[in-house]
Amino acid sequence: MIPSTVPPKYKVEINSNRCMLCERCVRECSWGVYRRDRNKIVTYSNRCGACQRCVAMCPRDAITVNKNATCWRDHPLWTREVREDIINQSRTGCILLSGMGNAKELPTYFDNIVLDACQVTNPSIDPLREPMELRTYIGKKPKKLEFEYIEEEIDGKKIKKAKLKTNIAPNLKLETPIMIAHMSYGALSLNSHLAMAKAAKECGTFMGTGEGGLHRALYPYANHTITQIASGRFGVNEDYLMRGAAIEIKIGQGSKPGIGGHLPGEKVSAEVSMTRMIPEGSDAISPAPHHDIYSIEDLAQLVRSLKEATRWKIPVFVKIAAVHNVAAIANGIATSDADAVVIDGFKGGTGAAPKVFRDNVGIPIELAIAAVDERLREEGVRNEVSIIASGGIRNSADVFKSIALGADAVYIGTAVMVALGCRVCGRCYTGQCAWGIATQKPELVNRLDVEEGANRVANLIKAWTLEIKELLGAAGINSIESLRGNRDRLRGIGLNDVELEALGIKHAGF
Amino acid sequence: MNNNGEEEIREVIIDAKDMEYRELNEKIHEVINKNPNLKKIILKNVLGQRFIGNGIEKKDLTIEIHGVPGGDLGMFMSGPTIIVYGNTDHAPGNTMDDGTIIIHGNGGDVTGHSMRGGRIFVRDNVGYRSGIHMKEYMDKFPVLIIGGTAKDFLGEYMAGGLILVLNIDSEGNDLGKIKGKMIGTGIHGGAIYIRGDIDNSQLGVAADIKEFTEEDREKIKTYIEEFCSIFNLGDEIKKKLIESQYTKIAPISKRPFGRLYTQDLR
Repeated sequence: MIPSTVPPKYKVEINSNRCMLCERCVRECSWGVYRRDRNKIVTYSNRCGACQRCVAMCPRDAITVNKNATCWRDHPLWTREVREDIINQSRTGCILLSGMGNAKELPTYFDNIVLDACQVTNPSIDPLREPMELRTYIGKKPKKLEFEYIEEEIDGKKIKKAKLKTNIAPNLKLETPIMIAHMSYGALSLNSHLAMAKAAKECGTFMGTGEGGLHRALYPYANHTITQIASGRFGVNEDYLMRGAAIEIKIGQGSKPGIGGHLPGEKVSAEVSMTRMIPEGSDAISPAPHHDIYSIEDLAQLVRSLKEATRWKIPVFVKIAAVHNVAAIANGIATSDADAVVIDGFKGGTGAAPKVFRDNVGIPIELAIAAVDERLREEGVRNEVSIIASGGIRNSADVFKSIALGADAVYIGTAVMVALGCRVCGRCYTGQCAWGIATQKPELVNRLDVEEGANRVANLIKAWTLEIKELLGAAGINSIESLRGNRDRLRGIGLNDVELEALGIKHAGF
Repeated sequence: MNNNGEEEIREVIIDAKDMEYRELNEKIHEVINKNPNLKKIILKNVLGQRFIGNGIEKKDLTIEIHGVPGGDLGMFMSGPTIIVYGNTDHAPGNTMDDGTIIIHGNGGDVTGHSMRGGRIFVRDNVGYRSGIHMKEYMDKFPVLIIGGTAKDFLGEYMAGGLILVLNIDSEGNDLGKIKGKMIGTGIHGGAIYIRGDIDNSQLGVAADIKEFTEEDREKIKTYIEEFCSIFNLGDEIKKKLIESQYTKIAPISKRPFGRLYTQDLR
């Protein structure tokens, strides 16, 4: 026999002096790490993924979770992870499934970009005392405005009055340029969805439904949701399309560009089955491509088809993963009647993705935003279509830098989940989430309090919004519109000439 | 005459000549909204206008199309009947929820894409990947009936509903052995019935040939009868179709990709 077990990654220890045998850890751990055996708690460290639920809930602070020190012989090439994966795959013959975003140490360009601030000339603005405009409109803007002049008689005088002749396409009105990313009900629990929807409404922004339909519990917040139509067409009917504030066609996802999705039957509960409109317990398979889209012309047809079905009253976005030729594709989208291009970078999160995709496919969002913005400007269409960026946006600085690179707004996903309690343990695809976020098990879902969750998500968005105002004020700008694509306010640090050129920014010192 | 003394309009004819698709579809919505008792819209001189019938939810409405409609005919439609006297472009019945589409000609590629409910009757042939990702849900059961033959990848990713291929020409003569390949690739629900023999080599991954039972024959009989009545095929042909040998293609398992992944837990 060739043993295929590997040492546990984490080591769970209980301080028996502190432990009072309340068994809280046994109940809280959905992974089965703990078991009561007479007058002690036994641990199975190999099941631990360091989600910290037990640590957070232990009333006596008796639990510590450490990295397991058991030594693998060091090797710079044959790392522990590489060896573990080979052992797993040689045992199973299967594709490695993983969660969360790219876990490789690839560059995060946001961290090599610094911001500008005013000193002496062009004085900075104090956002606490002066108005700061963060309102953002997402959607198609007219190329030019046409007016007609109507002659009216007022007090015996003939006056020519201007009236807008141009038809203005419907836009989404955002009070802050931060939206909540598409994460489907099915991958996430209903309580997470409700918390996010409430927060979106409170903050005057929008949340994506993901490709899982819209649960009826979310109907009161439907005008703050963006519905999604992906290749599986789950839960899509006329009612769904008309209910949301906008529709997003999902072509690709940053964490797994080029492949479809697969919600296993175990996660298709009675409720999930209702919103996806598929039988309970059946697999929900989203094919890799949309089979009615094989070209940019076909994409334009789907955009127009959705517009026709909603009588041109609802904006349609198209989401693509950031890949090598993202700029050319985005340009195709921009000329297709779509209202916004959504670009998802390679560090974007996911509930489940083959590890080989999560860690190796796609390009950084920072470079993709710059490339798309640049190309759309060259083509003379940038002002007509909005750009929404997503994929690994961690704080207000990332939002600010994304907008300065050329985005109109951003989607945040993982950050919202962390606000809800997620500790990024990356095991979303098991459906065992101990925090009640990525699970359908009622006893786990109930752990997530909707009101409290909504509050925390709203707090996060409000806090970032305040910080963005402060950053704007410091830069002497009083409107987010003046920041959009304003790359002159960015400088690179430690980047080479090619990187700087791709980002369209100067190096610090210039 | 209704209570208000207005004439109840039950039938409207629209000449689509030289109309752009938006204009035509807006016109259709307009007449539906204006005439609550409308039963039939006749579209004449249709030439490639897309999205006809998109998202229309009026159950007792019939839209008669003379000419060749463009892509995505009846997409998201829920209720009406569309009768096409001509061929259709790609994806008629795309993501359709309910209703009927009758095509007196050929259906394009991806006919019945992601249909959740309703029925499509195609007199002649359909293109590639027809019936892809059809799915059923509760009382919704999509049915695609093809008079002639289908190109490759019929019923790909099929998750529910029924596809029936009758394999006859317009006179009811047999067309010979079906040539389509990769039938039912990734199928994980529903069933495909093809008149005549199919070799295992013509199937895609996850598809399997199952025994065609009398129960199956009973199931498809009603659709055959309806097909014959819609397209005016005589009793003799009907009898032949009902009594013929069919190949039933269904999923090997409900979880074709269940054992594809291993968890990267550590």
